[in-house]
Amino acid sequence: MALSALYPFFTSLSEQTCGDTMTDAPTSQTAASSAAEARISDAAHTGPMLAADGTPLKKSLNRALRLQKMRALALIAPLLIFVLVTFIAPIADMLFRSVENEIVSETLPKTTSMLAEWDAQGTDIPDEAVFEALYDDMFFAQEAKLHTRLGSRLNYELTGVSSLFRKSGRRVEDMGEVFQDQFEDLDDFWKTGENWNSFMASDDWLAQMDGWKKADGAQPRFEMRDGIAQTLPATAAAYARFADFIQYEDGDNLYKEDPWAIMYSALHKDLTGENDLASYTGPATEQLTAAAAEAAGFETVNYTEAFKDIDDDWHNLEVWQTIKVYSPTLTNGYFLNAIDMQKSVDGVEMRPENQQIYGILFWRTMVMSIAITASCIILGYPVAWILANLPTRQANLLLILVLLPFWTSLLVRTSAWKVMLQQQGVINDTLVWLGLVATDDRLALINNQTGTIIAMTHILLPFMILPLYSVMQTIQPSYLRAAKSLGATNWTAFWRVYFPQSIPGIGAGSILVFILAIGYYITPEIVGGTSGTFISNRIAYHISSSLNWGLGAALGAILLAAVLLLYYAYDKIVGIDNVKLG
Amino acid sequence: MNLTKTLMASTALTVAAGMAHSDGHMANEMTIVSWGGAYSASQQNAYHKPYSEMTGVKIINDESSAEAVSKLRAMNEAGNVTWDLVDVEAADAIRLCDEGLAMEIDADEVLAAGADGSSATDDFGDSLISDCFIPQIVFSTTVGYRTDMVGDTPPTSICAIFDTDAYPGKRALNKRPIGNVEWALLCDGVAKDEIYDVLATPEGQERALAKLDTIKSDVIWWSAGADTPQLLADGEIVMGSTYNGRLFSVIAEQNQPVGMLWDAQMLDFDGWIIPKDLPEDRLARVMDYVKFATDTQRLADQAAYISYGPARASSAPLVGNHATLGIPMAEHMPTDPANASNVFVTNYEFWADYRDDIDAKFQAWLVK
Repeated sequence: MALSALYPFFTSLSEQTCGDTMTDAPTSQTAASSAAEARISDAAHTGPMLAADGTPLKKSLNRALRLQKMRALALIAPLLIFVLVTFIAPIADMLFRSVENEIVSETLPKTTSMLAEWDAQGTDIPDEAVFEALYDDMFFAQEAKLHTRLGSRLNYELTGVSSLFRKSGRRVEDMGEVFQDQFEDLDDFWKTGENWNSFMASDDWLAQMDGWKKADGAQPRFEMRDGIAQTLPATAAAYARFADFIQYEDGDNLYKEDPWAIMYSALHKDLTGENDLASYTGPATEQLTAAAAEAAGFETVNYTEAFKDIDDDWHNLEVWQTIKVYSPTLTNGYFLNAIDMQKSVDGVEMRPENQQIYGILFWRTMVMSIAITASCIILGYPVAWILANLPTRQANLLLILVLLPFWTSLLVRTSAWKVMLQQQGVINDTLVWLGLVATDDRLALINNQTGTIIAMTHILLPFMILPLYSVMQTIQPSYLRAAKSLGATNWTAFWRVYFPQSIPGIGAGSILVFILAIGYYITPEIVGGTSGTFISNRIAYHISSSLNWGLGAALGAILLAAVLLLYYAYDKIVGIDNVKLG
Repeated sequence: MNLTKTLMASTALTVAAGMAHSDGHMANEMTIVSWGGAYSASQQNAYHKPYSEMTGVKIINDESSAEAVSKLRAMNEAGNVTWDLVDVEAADAIRLCDEGLAMEIDADEVLAAGADGSSATDDFGDSLISDCFIPQIVFSTTVGYRTDMVGDTPPTSICAIFDTDAYPGKRALNKRPIGNVEWALLCDGVAKDEIYDVLATPEGQERALAKLDTIKSDVIWWSAGADTPQLLADGEIVMGSTYNGRLFSVIAEQNQPVGMLWDAQMLDFDGWIIPKDLPEDRLARVMDYVKFATDTQRLADQAAYISYGPARASSAPLVGNHATLGIPMAEHMPTDPANASNVFVTNYEFWADYRDDIDAKFQAWLVK
């Protein structure tokens, strides 16, 4: 039954395809035959080699290889997908936050679009129309509880915006009540949501909603009455947002919901402004005409003053400049902040000197990571050399000692360093006992850069020793013996023969140690004090404490870029082929 | 085979037991997030155990309060909030409320009235610092000192921190501006009720940092509450700031040679927030729990395990003895009249606004 119904469709489809092939066929055939002739003639002379079936060898080899590649890809596919989904995608998402800035234009859509025409460089605050738009936006934002979120976002840029928005959100609801009271005094009709719906909503929707209960299932979506948007544009726009919010955010019955104060100010605007109410013939004509006659005499609200009443800061030019500067949906503000700069109406400028920290921290992170890498080389090289030159049994025992720290928690190891390094700690006590240090002049080994370098060198040392050891194992001892037998001193033999062969191990260890060090966070936090902390400590602070994820993401992106850049430089100078992990 | 059967049988039993307790509207399990350590233990003893015994509800403890703000945001974005109730500091409660991550509550509706008949709003009073915050305890950040390192004149004023002549040696301070800048201004001669006005100006912020600059080389900056007690016990520092409960445990429970100041203690609140948009059954359970756990008696009970004051005024008279040491706890509360002669209440509104700004300056000052 079903198939036969589909049959005409199938036949027409296949006919069409056949037709296409038919028309194409002659040309492609001629092309193929001429190519084949060419190939044959080529093969007779100097052309490409052919496989047994007549296709060029290169082509058939490629086909075979492609199959192999596909099979290999299928084998690693689970891992690839896993890495993509759980690693690459979240990182990309996180890094995207460093430029994302939709919150401003999403929360204040009308205000930001009106501000586009405002001259931010001037000395005047925006005019009444912008304040009216702000009232509109703030009203809906506070109903959705989004105004405080925007406040804390803008507070990153300008101190005080957070409480300004919080305070305004609380009071913006009352701002339009003047209109509500006057409409309700005029006629009881304006008091209830059912009456409003009777002329705002379509007849269809009203019929569906009549007698609707939650138990009946999903609430029919609100439909605007035809033509009402032309008659009362502002009211219709506000009502649409209101309806959407009540139905989908609150999940309440819109049919019975009394309108918000903002509907009355919108209606007043429509009735006193230009409208074609004269030609309107829908429901509630009588009430609307009556209200229109009275509306002109209503007491009104000056929004510019009303916002000033809430807080003087609304008349502060800086607040408006900040909103305007951060209106676009994408911003480079976080990145500028991450390099100690800031955006203003006049363009980009440096932050005041007493707020510049990230430059110092990035520089310090680089320098200290290099210092840690260097001390790992100095300490790790002899250990690796001994490991490589001992008999296997002893070497294995020693290797376990090197690996032992891996099996204890990082936090425990770092805390142990605290006990060792503090002024009343083991090292200082020993030095005092030996008489090397006066008891009132103990060494400051912790809560500074020294502490970070010591603890991190210890923690990262195995990452240097292991690649060094595996490279040194492959260096033939006979080379050294040969050098010596040819008259080289111990030093020359080491420096000219042994050391150059161990460089790939140093390269691999250095890359490992350096990249791990640059992103380290727990150890500097615990033993670094203030002078020994890294940029990652600030990233952690912004992610987990200040919630400024945009700035955290920007700092992270810069760190990632720096590492990639160094890797690239390393590849150019030393060559990544020279790195051996074993 | 046998094992499988036993397992299946026991699973079936547990499920059945769970069903028997359910009353249809409330979840049978709740995840409560707190700080861990002695503080979590005090909550478990005073709130969780009696509640579980009463209702049969299983309470899962999660010790993630230190990262609560960021984790809650991440959960909210992923659309899967697994926490039912979160213990946070007042400042974090404000932030979570601003971010729309915590639920706004009506204190009189959600919380029990005081045992003395006062409404919840009156009973909690000033501790209701945010629409989302359900206060639990009052704690303070104050200063402890080594009794054997201060000679015959133990400090009596907070300004001893800045007096390196009389009290030489290292001191430990919190690695964030809150608290430190207020103390700095106080000891620089600013009147207590003008401190936040001064701090709101760039000059005032400079002034606070300049005062801190005088002791910068003597300060060890801590970031975990356990740091200062440890440093005091090791004799690394002569004095340092930390939470009063930590000092109580060093002094009364561990008998270390440590004394403490109550002068200019920075009063702060800690309490619950309920994550926004919980499913109905879980929300009903949390509401039921919160009403129970923050009533007059329960808040007073908690004080038997840790020296933090109950946030309700009506709980104060009910505070009894320490659960194991048997000493009266009232005199160790930050709110005890003898200790509260000079207290400093953190201004949360101010810090919600100025936190980013002052923190940037403070951190820049620290790294230089």
